[in-house]
Parts: sequence; C-alpha cells; structure tokens
Amino acid sequence: MSEISISANALTKYFGSRLVVDQVSFALPKGTVTGLIGLNGAGKTTTLRMLMGLLAPTRGHCEVLGVDSRSWTPEHRCRIGYTVEGHFLYSWMKVRESEFFQRKSFDRWNSVLFQQTIARFGISPDQVCGRLSRGQRAGVSLALTLCAEPDVLILDDPSLGLDPISRRALNATILDFVADGTRTVLLSTHMLDDVERVADRILLMVNSRILVDATLDAFCSRTCMWTVELDQNTIAPHSIPGLVHATQLGNRWQFAVVDSDQETESALSRLDGSNLQRHDGVFDEGVIAYLSRTRDNTSFLNAQTAGAR
Amino acid sequence: MKFRIVAGSSTSIYRQIADQVARFVATGDLAVGEPLPSIRGLAKELLINPNTVVKAYSDLVRDGIVETQAGRGFFVAKRRQVYSKSERLRRLDEAIQGLVNQAVSLDFSLDEVSQRTLDALQAAYQNISPKQ
Repeated sequence: MSEISISANALTKYFGSRLVVDQVSFALPKGTVTGLIGLNGAGKTTTLRMLMGLLAPTRGHCEVLGVDSRSWTPEHRCRIGYTVEGHFLYSWMKVRESEFFQRKSFDRWNSVLFQQTIARFGISPDQVCGRLSRGQRAGVSLALTLCAEPDVLILDDPSLGLDPISRRALNATILDFVADGTRTVLLSTHMLDDVERVADRILLMVNSRILVDATLDAFCSRTCMWTVELDQNTIAPHSIPGLVHATQLGNRWQFAVVDSDQETESALSRLDGSNLQRHDGVFDEGVIAYLSRTRDNTSFLNAQTAGAR
Repeated sequence: MKFRIVAGSSTSIYRQIADQVARFVATGDLAVGEPLPSIRGLAKELLINPNTVVKAYSDLVRDGIVETQAGRGFFVAKRRQVYSKSERLRRLDEAIQGLVNQAVSLDFSLDEVSQRTLDALQAAYQNISPKQ
C-alpha cells in the first residue's frame, strides 16, 4: 500500500450535545485527489478544520503528513495549504500586497507560481481585493496557498459560486498541483461533475458519518441503477439485496443498488413490473442515491470491502 | 482528431474516451501503428485526472484495439479478435439493436435507414486496408 498523506481515526466532534462528526476514519494515499461530498451540515467543514488543527476533536485523532494535527510546528504547517470556504481576503489590500503580506509567514515562496495562477484567473496584481469577483477572489486565495509550495492541499468548497471559466481554472490548477504524483489534495465540494473529472477517490459524508470511502472507479463499477415500471406505490426495501435508495416517478421506479448480483436481479424481477433495465457506472446518480438515503446509516460500500487502494 | 467528453453524463468519462478512440480507429482517423495521444497530454487537454485516461487506454488494450510498447506509449494495434465468434455476434447485435431503436423512434423509413447505414458502412470499410 502506498504512503498515507492524510488520515483520520475514529474522529468525533460534539458541539455541546450535538454530534457533528461521528467516528470518521479514512486514509488518503499520497498523490491522490479526493473529493469530500456531502449535503450542507453533514460535517465536512468541521472535519477539515480538525484536520487543520483549528478545532480539537472530542475523541479520536487525525494526521496530515504523519503528524497529529494538534501538535504541528510552524514548519510543518507550512507544508499544508488550506483555503477556507468563501475565500477570505483583506478587502483593502491590492492583490500584490496580499502576496507580500502572506509570504512573510512562509519559508518557501514561489512568486512565479503566484503570477501564473492569478493570470489563469484573469487577475492583475494591481487590483484591489475588495473589488474582485468571487471567482477572482478564489483565484487569489488559491494562488496565495499554492505559492508556499505545500505538499498537501486541503480546500473547503473552493468552487462555491464560481462561474464556469473560474471552475475550469480551478480544476486545471488542482490537476497541475498533483501532476508529479508526490502531492495530495482533499477538497470538499458540491460539484459532482468536477469530482468526476479530477478526483481519484471519494469520501461521501451523510449525517456526520462517512458512508463511502472508495476510489471513483470502484464506486462507479459497484453502484448501478435499475429502472422498472410498477403499479404499486410501496416496496419493502429489505426485499432487494444491496439496495441503496429507491425513487419513484409516476409508475417508474429507480433503484440504486451496490454490488448488484443474481439475487438482486431475481428480487427485482419478482416485483413483477415491466421493462426492467440496468444502467451501469453512473457517478452522479450513485452519489445522489447515497445522499438521499438518510434513514439508515449502514454502508454497503466501504474501504475494506471495496478493496480500493 | 478531437476528443470531447462530458462529465455528469450517463456514460462514464473513461468509457467516452475509449469509445472515441475505437471510433477513430474504425473510421481510419487513427491508422494501425499510429500512436495515441500521451496520457498526460490528453488529461491536460480534457482537464481530467490522468488515471481516467489510463483506465480508458487499458480497457482498449484489453479489447485488443490498442497495444502498449514499454516506455514508448500506446499504439493502434493490428486488428485481431480477442472475442469468440458468439461474443462478437452478441456485441454486434447489441449495437444493431441500439440503431434499430433509434431509427424506429425517430420515424425513419426502412429505405432511408438502410441507405444511410449502408453508406456509413461502405465509407468505414473503404478506409480499412484489405487483409494481407
């Protein structure tokens, strides 16, 4: 197994009596891009903040580049790039001043990379941060993070509110960052299309827990969709092996199933509907099925059984 | 030769790439022995994870459409069949069924469909050099 860059072990966080992150464990290998996906309030930001050492976990622990997030030295912190949700910048600074301000905190600083990254987002160094568009703010904040040449990049919803051109620039920047295979990215996002393009792995978080930890490939090949036309309005979910989520549109039912096998197929044909069809490898529908499934917290698909490394 | 991919489609990205290479080979845009775009180059052009291109190319190698030469990259393979006769028939029938479904639902007459299909087939087969 390859070297692990980011890991969490039974990471748990309570705010008062409210459980926000529930026994989250994962291990992300070096050189990979991981998409952390989940609904608003699922616990993604809290997980990332604990990874960055900005919040103390109630229980469990987490490590980035082999050091517990609660005991980083300033030197270690320089190796980890982090952008917060909303891309905060000091609004009265010019772009070049924000670079000057930021570089004081770091040992390494690559000014050429800064110029290249802001150019990709169409920003000039003389613009005032407060007057930048959201996409440009994302560009500056990403550039400020990348210039310190970190080994790990943790991005909290970087594509929030970005236009298509800025999203493209963001994806290109992420792919460039990992191109030599020695650096690792973890990003939380709602953009499933972007995840499908740039990610190697996904972590799917529902109700404070990780339901899926798999490579994109394993996720797509193990999740499939069945559609069937039925006259009935209810079905017993437990009658279908591997069922993740069932949705009904008129008399057309769609079943998202993990590890569909002979038994699944015969259970589905026992429903006695017409026009039973199978569709494979549909990434976004698979993700949406998991996110829609809130009743039951058991996972059919996790790292151990997926054999996904 | 221009690749085009769509994320969020019902066909996964690696499948879209593999299908397009297969089509370029079928139409003669990629001749036997010609190199495929490099993995990094294509990933950069399409703005996707390089592993997705790796997966597409390895599927093409498995299907015998492409061969790999260590350290030199991927090349269009000499046509050879890795499937049994019955599997080849099954795949052909599956593809034909898709065509038939579309033709019927789009309200084309039998003559129109057969003429256009024949033209396309003839164009494709002309590009393939006769068997040596």
